Formats: sequence, C-alpha cells, structure tokens
Amino acid sequence: MSDKVYMVPNPPTPNRVVSFDPDVCIYCNRCVEVCPTDVFVPNPDKKQPPLVLYPEECWYCGGCVEECPRPGAITMFHPTQQRISVNWKRKDTGELYRLGMKNPPPPNTRPPSG
Amino acid sequence: MSTWHEYVQRNGTLPEWPYPINYDKVNEVVTDVLVIGGGVAGCRAAISAAGKGVRVAILERGHAKRSGAGGAGVDHWHGACTNPCSKVTPEMYTNACYESMQGYTGAHVRYIITREGWDTLQECEAMGVRIRDVNDEFKGSDFRDEATKLTFAYDYKNRHVVRVWGYNIKPAVYEEARKRGVAIYNRMMPTSLLTEGGRQGGRVVGATAVNTRTGEFYVFRARATVIATGGAGRLYDFEPEVTASGSMSDVNSAGVGQAIGWNAGAEFVCMEKTSPGRLTGHAYAPYSMGGAHNTYHGTPIVDADGKEVPWVDAFGRPLQKTSERFQPTKGQPFILGEGIGISYYLEPFRNNALAPDLPERIREGEFKLPLYADLTRLPEVERRNIFGMMVGNEGKTRIPIYDTYTRAGFDPDKDMLQAPVMDPEGYLHSNFWSAGINAPPTVRSLAGGGFLVDWDLRTNLEGLYAAAGGTIFGGGCHGESHTTGRYAGRHAADYARTAPEPVVDKKQVAAEKSRAYAALKQDKKGIGWKEINVAIGRIMRDYCGRYKNETTLNLGLRLLKELRETELASAYASNPHELGRLLECQSLISVGELVMKSSLQRRASSAILDFHRLDYPEMDPPEWQKLLPVKQVDGRVKARELPLDFHLKPPYSPTLEENYQRHAGT
Repeated sequence: MSDKVYMVPNPPTPNRVVSFDPDVCIYCNRCVEVCPTDVFVPNPDKKQPPLVLYPEECWYCGGCVEECPRPGAITMFHPTQQRISVNWKRKDTGELYRLGMKNPPPPNTRPPSG
Repeated sequence: MSTWHEYVQRNGTLPEWPYPINYDKVNEVVTDVLVIGGGVAGCRAAISAAGKGVRVAILERGHAKRSGAGGAGVDHWHGACTNPCSKVTPEMYTNACYESMQGYTGAHVRYIITREGWDTLQECEAMGVRIRDVNDEFKGSDFRDEATKLTFAYDYKNRHVVRVWGYNIKPAVYEEARKRGVAIYNRMMPTSLLTEGGRQGGRVVGATAVNTRTGEFYVFRARATVIATGGAGRLYDFEPEVTASGSMSDVNSAGVGQAIGWNAGAEFVCMEKTSPGRLTGHAYAPYSMGGAHNTYHGTPIVDADGKEVPWVDAFGRPLQKTSERFQPTKGQPFILGEGIGISYYLEPFRNNALAPDLPERIREGEFKLPLYADLTRLPEVERRNIFGMMVGNEGKTRIPIYDTYTRAGFDPDKDMLQAPVMDPEGYLHSNFWSAGINAPPTVRSLAGGGFLVDWDLRTNLEGLYAAAGGTIFGGGCHGESHTTGRYAGRHAADYARTAPEPVVDKKQVAAEKSRAYAALKQDKKGIGWKEINVAIGRIMRDYCGRYKNETTLNLGLRLLKELRETELASAYASNPHELGRLLECQSLISVGELVMKSSLQRRASSAILDFHRLDYPEMDPPEWQKLLPVKQVDGRVKARELPLDFHLKPPYSPTLEENYQRHAGT
C-alpha cells in the first residue's frame, strides 16, 4: 500500500455496494457480465476481483451474488442509510438488533422456502 | 480492493477503459422480429415469436439474464383467472379494473392478460420456475389447493392470484430464449426506430443502437418490431445516490421505448396521468421494513408496547380474526390484489387493511411508535409463507432481504421487524409503508399511460407492436409483462411472415448516427449526463407537477427544448457508458415532451387521473370523460378523441370475448 496522498474526487455515495473476498473470488467476471447497470468492470489486474466503478447505479437486486459460482466471494451491502433503518426486536427479551451492528447475533441458517 | 478509489490510490494510475472501443464501426443485423427491451416481456415476446419459426433478435440495455424491473424476481402472479381453482373470470377481473379506474385503463389489454396469464405462468413452470408447493411445505393451509398444490395470495376464497417461487424467473426465461435460438444483443442503447423512407408515421423497419461498452453503432433491419421496454423512473427526479437502493426500477429506466416510439410517430394515450412517486426510491429498500401489505399482506402490526393495530374490511367494518384478512367480505365479489397498475380500487374489490384512522390514533397517543411487524403472531404456515416464500422470491428480496437479514440473525419466529418511523400521516397509505410520505410530493411517476395498442397489441404504426406492464396503456406488473410480451411476440411473428423486406432509409441512419455520437465530439468542458438528468427532473417537477396550466406547460416545453439545444447539445461523454447515459437523457426529454403535450390536450381536471389544470379547475366535467391520444405527424402534435370503451366499439366487436376470439391467434 502506497503512503502517497492523491488528489481524488470525494468517495461516491453509496460508497461500497458489494465487497469481494479475494481469497474466494476466482476472477471469472460473471458478475461483471450480468450486472444490469454495469456497476462493475473487470480489474486491469487479471488476478484480482472486479472493480466497482459506478456504485451509484447499483439498484441492489443481488443478481451478482446469485450469479457468483463461489459462495462468499461477493457480498452485497445495502447503503448505510438503509442498513441503519433495518431494526428488529426480539420479542421475548426486548433486545434490539440492526443490520450491520457491531456485535451481531448468530445467523439464522434456515434457507428460504423451496 | 473493490472500488475505483481503492485502485487508483493503490496504483497511482488511472485504469484504462476495459473494453475495446470502436466508435463509428457500423454493425448490421437483419432479422424477422426485433424485440427492443430484454426484460421479462421482451424475453417472452422473443420466445413466442421464435416458436413461430421466425428469426428473432433482442436488443437489451443491460444483460438479459437478470435485467429489467422484473429481473430480480416475483412472488405472486396476478390475474391468473383461468387457473383451475380461480372463481374469478377474465370478464369479472377486467371489469373490476376498468370500473375502478372509471374507464381509464386499457380493458382490452387487461382481458388479454387475464385470458392468457395462467397459460403464460404454466409455461414459466415448464421453463423451471416453481409455481406449486411440491414439497408440501404449506400442506393444509387456507391458501393451498390440495389437488394442484397451487397456493394463492390476498383472496384465499377466489384464488386468482397465484404465489410463485420466482426468484429465478428471469434466468429461466433468458435460458429459454437462448434455447430457441434468439440472438441477444446486450449492452445496447436504442437510439431510434427506423421507418420506411425515414418518414414519421411510416412502417417500422428496424432500429439503431449504440453498444455502451464498445461504442459500436448497430443498425437492425426487421420485418416487425416489438417494444418491450420499461418505465421512465428518472423523469421526475434523479438522485440515484439516495434513491437507487429503494427503487423498484433500475437506473436504465429512462423511457427509451416511449421516446423512440413517440419520435417515430406512435400514438400514446393517458400520458398526462401521473401519480405521487411512491416507488421512486425515496424511502427504504423494497420489502426491507416491517409492513402489513403487498408481500407482507396480513402481517400483524403492533406498537412499541405490543398492542396490535386493528384491521378493517374494504367498507371500514372491523375484522376480528386474522384469517379474515385473506377473505373477501360481505358485499365483495372478490379482492383484486395490490400492484396491478391501477391507482384506485372500488370497495367491492379492495383489500382488507389496517384501520384508516391509525394516523390519528398515533397522534392521540393510543398507539406508540415505533410500530413493528409481528410475524410471530401468525400461524407458522402464514409466517413462513410471508418471510421465506414471498420475501425470498419477490423482486429484490432473495439476496437483499432474505439472505442478508437471516445472515444478520433475523428470525421471524422470534423477532419483530420494525416499521418505518415517520410522520403519522405516513401510516395512512397501507400499501408500501416503505415509500409514502418519504417521497417528496413534487416527485411524480408516470401512472398507467402508454402506447395505444389494438387487440393485436399493435401500435398505430405498421410493423410496431408493444408489450410490458409499464409501457402500454392497460398494462400492469410482472405477470402482465410476461403475458403481453408473449401475445405481442406471436402477433409480430405472424406479421413478419408476410411482411415485405424491410428497407432502411440511408439518410435516416446517417442522421441518427451523427446524433448518437455528438457527445463524443464536444469540448471536454461540456457538462455530464447526471447534471443534465437532474435538470430534466427539475423542469418536470416545476412545470408538469400535480398542478399545471397552459402557460406552465408551454414554459416547460420551452425549457426542455432549451436544455436539449444548449446544455445537452454541448454535453461531453468520456466513454461509451457515459454516452449511453447521455442518450438516455435525450430519451427522457422526449418523454417529458410527450407528457407535457398530452397534458395540454386535457383542458379539464380529473380526479381519477390526479390531474389538476389550474386554468380548468372544474373537476371531471362529463364532456371530458374520454381518452385523448396523441402522436406526432411531421413533428407536430396530432391529437384525437377516443371513447373510454373504444375497445368495444367499431371496428371492434361489442364484447371482450368476441374480440379476443377474433384477434388472439395461436
């Protein structure tokens, strides 16, 4: 990582619509291929996951995640304004949770119907 | 490393455009049927046309595997009136829509949809979409038919809305189109329809497009063309940084089909009808918040102290039991269901809902915010069906909601999902709390107008057919898009088989090519597409909002023209992606003109159209109960009048069924 400071435009909003796990991603670019709005481009370094170039054009359909042949390689992130809005309360205990919280509860592993 | 910012800061260099650029390269494609728009309607049109043995090409803005407003899934299929369990006939359904809208919806299109919706859905099943509870997960529930294993939504008695495990519906229809040999051209920005002799109003013989990765130009020659594009979500407002995550249509929603149709001389109707922008994305991600309606229909809502909000029937009578929320009440032949592209429901067809005085009762302190959706109060089959089947298959819910929430620990068996916290007024509109009051009142959406089509789903232009829920007058939502696409595709194919060889006008192509590439030849100081799109929204909100008069409309038209000739004419595109987006701005201006010119024709106010002319304030004068189709002839607007029941007037037959039999074909 370079320590140089560059002149770059402000970070876009939303900032990061997906993240890639470089250890799982196989750089097949299938997500790049199917994204309806061309949010991604192939990385110039062919051994790296795609780059998010147009994050504000993402409509969060999750198609890239469904298309990915390697579960866990790509994760969709709602924008912060949406994550902060998603709250739930455990009925028995009254505990409050939210999407993206610091110490999240364990996952609910039940798959969707079908 | 995932983002451009990370890349440039790590490498200290700008990455080059990743695709080979070939501006000016012209590709010619010859086909029998050209389908513009590769969403669910377009893919279905292509499949049915290909089934007739003709050559078919799809011209798609994104990538047809997952694109379009219906590309992200579907959980319930409206108007499946001919399914073996339905107690609602196509006539009953069509008339309920038509009467609810006081005649301002294309009843012929609705009839076609309800006659063929179930057949269309069964074809989806054959393509690999689950439409039955084959695992018996919901065995014994009120909403399941034991013999067919079909499950139903909204109205468990009349059973015309079929629940669908449709998260994969778009890849399924896409694969089917490929299997049928349809040639799919992805990443194409359509710029015009080509007409015989280049004449506005002439027979449509193809289209032009620009590839938004390579910049190459395409000329499509086709005997017949189907427009199956989407809405114009970017028309009244453009701030994707805020709205894209909450929107029900992606950023490609730029009215491109309407624009190229309008410029070619196609006739449109009801384009003056706009509605408050409930679904424009100003609130929360769809289905992300606790609610009681649409996909969450029937979910108990409790306040911060756990007190449940009461339900009422369509006539305001209290409902006692949870099971009553899913049944028609006394005086109701059946419940239509939500999300079918109509803006008003007569009581006999309206949903059961939360008490309409909820805002007042919140203000008075009877119910304490925040409210929660308490799925735990439902029987297990209902809970699992709402969160697990419906949420999980509906558009933008498989990954964005079901997968994301369960990974974060949400458990509908134990947890209550918080509803939006908002001004009490916001709780009045029962459907989609995740929008409502959060959308600025000046932001409007196109609401039911579109291409005027005949009983063949043909437009006024020879060789041009139209389909898709949001694009034709009388359309609807997801299933309606499939069904109209399938119908328009087979009619286009029938026409193509006898149509003469399409000959394109070279002058028209050359002019179009020069127009399409103008933004590449500008000084780099020209402003970019986003700023222009924002300005278009400003003009529409200010000059063609809920209230308007002849002067504001004419001023709005003048400003759209100014924008086109000044800022847009000097706008600069750095790469093919930006070029595509700028060309969409051209389309948006055309659609804005179409809406304003349609609005000028209606010199009266109308409640059902939510159309308020300050210079003609009288509401609903009887002499204005009619349709006012508009088209362009030699660049000038030509309007005419059409009775609301034109679909049953000569040259058509006097009943829905007779017309259907005469026109449906096979």
